[in-house]
Amino acid sequence: MAAPTTLPSALADAVRDESSLRRFLHGLPGVDQVGVEQRAAGLGTRSIKKAAKLHAIDLAISMVDLTTLEGADTPGKVRSLAAKAKRPDPERPDVPQVAAVCVYPDMVKTAADELKGTGINVASVATAFPSGRSTMDIKLADTRFAVEQGASEVDMVIDRGAFLSGRYGQVFEEIVKVKEACGDAHLKVILETGELVTYDNVRRASWLALLAGGDFIKTSTGKVQPAATLPVTHVMLQAVRDWKTQTGELRGVKPAGGIRSTKDAIKYLVAVHEVAGPEWLDPHLFRFGASTLLNDLLMQRRTQLDGHYSGPDYVTVD
Amino acid sequence: MWEYAPAPESRDIANLKPNYRMFVDGKFVEGTGEPLKTINPATEEVLAEVSTASASDVDNAVKAARRAYDRVWSKMPGSERAKYIYRIARQIQERARELAVLESLDNGKPIKESRDVDVPTAAAHFFYHAGWADKLSYAGYGPDPKPLGVAGQVIPWNFPLLMAAWKIAPALACGNTVVLKPAETTPLTALVLADIIQQCDLPPGVVNIIPGAGDVGAALVEHGDVNKVAFTGSTEVGKIIQRQLAGSSKKLTLELGGKAANIVFDDAPLDQAVEGIVNGIFFNQGHVCCAGSRLLVQESVADELLEKLHVRVSTLRVGDPLDKNTDVGAINSREQLTKIKELTESGEAEGAQRWTSSCPLPDKGFFFAPTVFSNVSQAMRIAREEIFGPVLSVLTFRTPDEAVAKANNTPYGLSAGVWTEKGSRILWMAQRMRAGVVWSNTFNRFDPAAPFGGYQESGFGREGGRTGLEAYLDV
Repeated sequence: MAAPTTLPSALADAVRDESSLRRFLHGLPGVDQVGVEQRAAGLGTRSIKKAAKLHAIDLAISMVDLTTLEGADTPGKVRSLAAKAKRPDPERPDVPQVAAVCVYPDMVKTAADELKGTGINVASVATAFPSGRSTMDIKLADTRFAVEQGASEVDMVIDRGAFLSGRYGQVFEEIVKVKEACGDAHLKVILETGELVTYDNVRRASWLALLAGGDFIKTSTGKVQPAATLPVTHVMLQAVRDWKTQTGELRGVKPAGGIRSTKDAIKYLVAVHEVAGPEWLDPHLFRFGASTLLNDLLMQRRTQLDGHYSGPDYVTVD
Repeated sequence: MWEYAPAPESRDIANLKPNYRMFVDGKFVEGTGEPLKTINPATEEVLAEVSTASASDVDNAVKAARRAYDRVWSKMPGSERAKYIYRIARQIQERARELAVLESLDNGKPIKESRDVDVPTAAAHFFYHAGWADKLSYAGYGPDPKPLGVAGQVIPWNFPLLMAAWKIAPALACGNTVVLKPAETTPLTALVLADIIQQCDLPPGVVNIIPGAGDVGAALVEHGDVNKVAFTGSTEVGKIIQRQLAGSSKKLTLELGGKAANIVFDDAPLDQAVEGIVNGIFFNQGHVCCAGSRLLVQESVADELLEKLHVRVSTLRVGDPLDKNTDVGAINSREQLTKIKELTESGEAEGAQRWTSSCPLPDKGFFFAPTVFSNVSQAMRIAREEIFGPVLSVLTFRTPDEAVAKANNTPYGLSAGVWTEKGSRILWMAQRMRAGVVWSNTFNRFDPAAPFGGYQESGFGREGGRTGLEAYLDV
């Protein structure tokens, strides 16, 4: 198996062959379910007020991957989403832009045209999203198509069937090849933690994706319940932190699906701040995969600045 | 950088009064002892003046308790007693915020702990024991177990309200009446509990609360008409009480100091073990008798664990106890702070390696930054003596037998923690730990249904659960 980057010797050994990889992943410390859930709930009681809250709201807006992944998507829908990405609150030009717009591959061109020169990334799901059930060739073609169309970020899904049956080498190879197919585009590896079920699996899949060269590890497609949860994100944040300790490299985390309110988003930011560390409070290293979250952030932002709540009629519905 | 803005809980909620009086025979009365001033350890300002009991006040309180016992409480059916106890539990919930803020002001513990642990657990103890009041015949102590009479109870300053609940709830459920002395530095929440008890219309004299210093406690436990003594506090005072009571017919339970081992094996869930270690020693500023003050870690993971621990401890926020984001509050008193400093200096002098969090500390008040000592050996004072502060001593071991030997090598034996993903090892260790409580893959979890108590110099008798009823029944 070919490691994508130069790894420290201990980690290079881990990806030498299938059995080394298996040994490495199963040698990772376990995750105690009760403990991690207790910690996540405990950190969830942090009280973020006033200037800290306003800062968190703007930070969260700048971390949103504004997403539409519906069978019913049309170029018109994608264009209006792109407009929203550029000016989330048209009456308030000081609101930051979002980090990216996330669409299906056939919508990438539309989004890229709209976002040219804005600094907003176009992310595309690929590799037979959301199930990942197709051949390697098709997954790679899917990826190449998205990048050719102008995607600067690719959100791939792992083969959960292969992972759950212990074929870690296969999952590893897939990620490596998709990463190659991405070229300069950033790769986010969707673990679909709702199908992995246990925190031990989440930790193993996180490390597998990091070893294979994923720039981001992402919780979910949004098509499977449960999608992102706080404790799962804790486990993944711990993985990127440990990765940095061992390699010096910074990798990102993206919870996706089910984060709808500002209150939730702030709980995630507190986890980023205190589990991974302040360095990760950056759109290059943390994203929210969300569609409805942005409007709640905008409403809460107005509430903070105006001193009163104005309601959903004052933000745009796209 | 993202700084959390201050998020203080309003101190007005505490409904603080300039004067507090003792509670005897259903009434708040002036004590004839020298009044004491209780201070806020986070600011060193005086919070309130509290009247204290003299020897004659102690006698009056015990007489009131005796009358209430003879005339009302011992004759009342359990189902009726239960109604009163349930009422107290509900009133604690009703006034939870007031109690939490007052506790943090008086004790220095962070509001998140008084709000999420102390007050809800205190209510839970009353709820739990209320349920026993009419079911004592089924507790395994015979068909109709009888109460003991008047219970004299002396509690410490580390969990002022919660310890009052631990003491009062089982005593009342079993049909005893109570004279309780709260700690000198933290009398306020016990007196609000007295207010709750008054509002719940408990018959006068069933519960009496008499603040004061050690001499009041001594007069209470020595009193000839007290049938049962329950003490939570230092081993030193516990020994004095035991000597005083020798030869008397008084029943005694003691819950004293500890020097618990938190044992981490190399197959432990390391990130959660780090959380458990932090919770074990930095919860309540380490003012916990069952604190996991000795970390025993298997050598093969010691470096990794210690590095993770330093990173995690650095994120602890030390400061204003009323700020909702504070993790570690104020040390309860100057005296305690001096003791912690003295013992940490001995650790350095004896050659242990000191690491202290670089977190900022407030200018005023009694604060101590979280501290971790590594390279500690069994012979050092910091490995043997109870520090009762946010100071962790880290020792290593190589084999499970060595872990058992080191963990048990202490005159104490209150609690222990075992961290491993191997179920069989947890059971093997739990059998060998000389400790009243053994937590596996967690630490400092309290439930009224689980008995709590110690071995050796950590005391005897159990509190909580079915087992805890024995201390208040004539069996």
